[in-house]
Amino acid sequence: MPNMISLAQPQQRQFNPYTENGGTILAIAGADFSVIAGDTRQSEGYSIQTRYAPKVFRLTDKAVLAVNGFAADGNMFVKKVRQRLEWYRHAHAKDMPLRAIARLIQTMLYARRFFPFYVYNILGGIEEDGTGAVYSFDPVGSYEREACRAAGAAQSLVQPFLDNQIYFKNQTPAPGTSHPVHLPLSTVLALVIDSFTSATERHIEVGDGLEMYVVLSKGSTAFQSLGAIHGIQELTATEDGERVFVIRRELKKD
Amino acid sequence: MHHTKPLCPKPPSNASTMASPSIYTSPGFNFTNELRNNFMAEKGLPLPKATSTGTTIVGCLFKDGIILGADTRATEGPIVADKNCEKIHYITESIRCCGAGTAADTEFTTALISSNMELHALSIGRKPRVVTAMTMLKQMLFRNQGRIGAALVLGGVDSTGPHLFTIHPHGSTDKLPYVTMGSGSLAAMAVFESGWQPNMERAAALDLVKAAISAGIFNDLGSGSNIDACIITESQTDMLRNVEMPNPRVQKERGYTFRRGTTAWKTESVRDLVVKEEITFVGGDAMDTT
Amino acid sequence: MDHFPTNWGRPRNDAYDAYGTYPIAVRPNNALKDAFSAGVQRTQAPIVTGTSVLALKYKDGIMMAADNLASYGSLARFKDVKRLQTVGEHTVIGAGGDMSDFQYIQTVLDELMIDEFAEQDGHTLGPAEIHEYLSQVMYARRSKLDPLWNALLVGGYKDGQRFLAFVDLLGTTYSASTLATGYGAHIAQPLLRTAVEGNEDVLTEDEALKIIEQCMRVLFYRDARSLDKYQVAKITAEGATISDTRRLDTTWSFAEGIRGYGAQTE
Repeated sequence: MPNMISLAQPQQRQFNPYTENGGTILAIAGADFSVIAGDTRQSEGYSIQTRYAPKVFRLTDKAVLAVNGFAADGNMFVKKVRQRLEWYRHAHAKDMPLRAIARLIQTMLYARRFFPFYVYNILGGIEEDGTGAVYSFDPVGSYEREACRAAGAAQSLVQPFLDNQIYFKNQTPAPGTSHPVHLPLSTVLALVIDSFTSATERHIEVGDGLEMYVVLSKGSTAFQSLGAIHGIQELTATEDGERVFVIRRELKKD
Repeated sequence: MHHTKPLCPKPPSNASTMASPSIYTSPGFNFTNELRNNFMAEKGLPLPKATSTGTTIVGCLFKDGIILGADTRATEGPIVADKNCEKIHYITESIRCCGAGTAADTEFTTALISSNMELHALSIGRKPRVVTAMTMLKQMLFRNQGRIGAALVLGGVDSTGPHLFTIHPHGSTDKLPYVTMGSGSLAAMAVFESGWQPNMERAAALDLVKAAISAGIFNDLGSGSNIDACIITESQTDMLRNVEMPNPRVQKERGYTFRRGTTAWKTESVRDLVVKEEITFVGGDAMDTT
Repeated sequence: MDHFPTNWGRPRNDAYDAYGTYPIAVRPNNALKDAFSAGVQRTQAPIVTGTSVLALKYKDGIMMAADNLASYGSLARFKDVKRLQTVGEHTVIGAGGDMSDFQYIQTVLDELMIDEFAEQDGHTLGPAEIHEYLSQVMYARRSKLDPLWNALLVGGYKDGQRFLAFVDLLGTTYSASTLATGYGAHIAQPLLRTAVEGNEDVLTEDEALKIIEQCMRVLFYRDARSLDKYQVAKITAEGATISDTRRLDTTWSFAEGIRGYGAQTE
């Protein structure tokens, strides 16, 4: 609930162009893949507006964008990014590389520095060198490449879990061994699912459904473990080599 | 429901109010109470905090008595603090009270009134009445001018029949055949408004209460987890704790046990926890332990 | 969503007139902010308002309903107002919030449909296109801090596809098999969801009508800004139709045995 305005100040009520629509997103980069996920509940206050409103969008075969915050700004931002990517495709006859999309998103966000898109963005995908990558942004365009990031309503619940399980923070390796630098896809998917089922248990704005996008680099062997997953759907559109999949799961609805 | 008088700069007075203090009311803000409010804030009287009542509680009358219902989610802002708390509190054997609002307030008020009702019962030597509990609760809440954030649904059966009340934090009460409270009250009331009938059978009434609580659980973010119900009739009270559990926790994909030695340490000091003691008797005899 | 249209789009402040009880004429935000703001008039508050709109998906298409009341603050001012409107042959829109803004939206959409017709290109705008257009208009206006103070439902049926979506003064959009604006989001939506979710493809027109009528009745019982006169729109493969005004039958004898509010017995 927003803080109440101090009574010491005379106040004028006026139109507030923002609201907060709940939900949580997260992304994890592997050696040759990337997973970008978000729940599908859209809420305002204590009401569920819909149990299915996607927050994760395929931009190209190597880039997926998750948006969280004010839903109207989020949808508009995705629309504008897609338009710029289409113009790029018409001008250069290829898809924009991931790191270029990241820089584009920064400039697009900062262009609205004084009337920001109230949106936390996480961009995931495959770099030109074939590695999995995750870029996370604040609403006015500050960004960073990371191995994993959670954002949104349950960020404070999920990020410490990822720090512990992905970066192995506060975990001393057994004597004579070291922690793995990259985790396999099956482990990452399990961690994503557990992140969301846990956030659903303890955060009232998270739930209803889960969408996990998986982006594989050219010739990735991570695909083997994907075959057995039920309800997986391939969204790949080009012959470039990268492949995009989406996996959907139910979350609790209370 | 709040009945708080705003403590902010006084809003412009209503032109149509009969007892307007002045003939001329200027447009815009009226800062009559500015100084007073600033003074009061300075003296440490904060604005009344809007306590969110993340809860669905209900009660309804049926053929043989009263059924109370509640969800089991307790929240701290957007975080679920307790997934299976009990919101139906004991007052007497045949009077129970659902609480919404500040958890501590509902627990302490109901516990206090429960004690006083027991003493009152001993004093009069009869089964106490629901109106007695209602009056004690409303007088206590009114005395405290809304600072005790308890929104209650009180129900029970006594020698005068079944009774069902809502009690608001400021001490006002309502007497109705079906009532709801908390952030899920609109969802639950919609179910009652479309399904409640006079003289319902026990099973049908319980189903209706379950449906009302479910409406809160699945449509209101402040409510969730399980359904509690309490059926009170003249002869007996059945507390149906977790009568339905529609939201079981799902199985995790991975186990999260940590290898012994995972936590890093800087210094190590091993001490023997077994303390050796030597007992020397000073007196001539051993202690008398008869 | 906040169930008082007069509070829509404002920061929440529970201490300051939380229930929008002050008459519009003396509401502080109607005063001019400064000498320069006289030149620009923006909708800072809704004046004549409509309450909930409900809609659901059923076997043959979409059904939508809204009552005929337009309130002036807490005054039931106009009791024969149309809050449902067909747009083209395949679409109906329903509005809560400011009625003058809604009527402006109607003229904008009428112009749009005429322009599209004049193209004579064999294409007509369906519900999805109209919703997209409306979303862009609503979002653009909120971005100018000059919103159209409405919550709108767009329902339609075209090319064998049902369409149902929401858009409001902030440009927020979403879609579901049941939708409700205003107070309806709190009161009717729980009933609609239990009745419709999972049954979208089996519900008959009669069943859908019964659900809608029941929801309108419950809203009339509990929404103080509602009316027992309402209209129902139906959008199917046969096109869009809006019914004549109907009246709800209601009962108020539920508490006949009860006396007082507390310890009174007579």
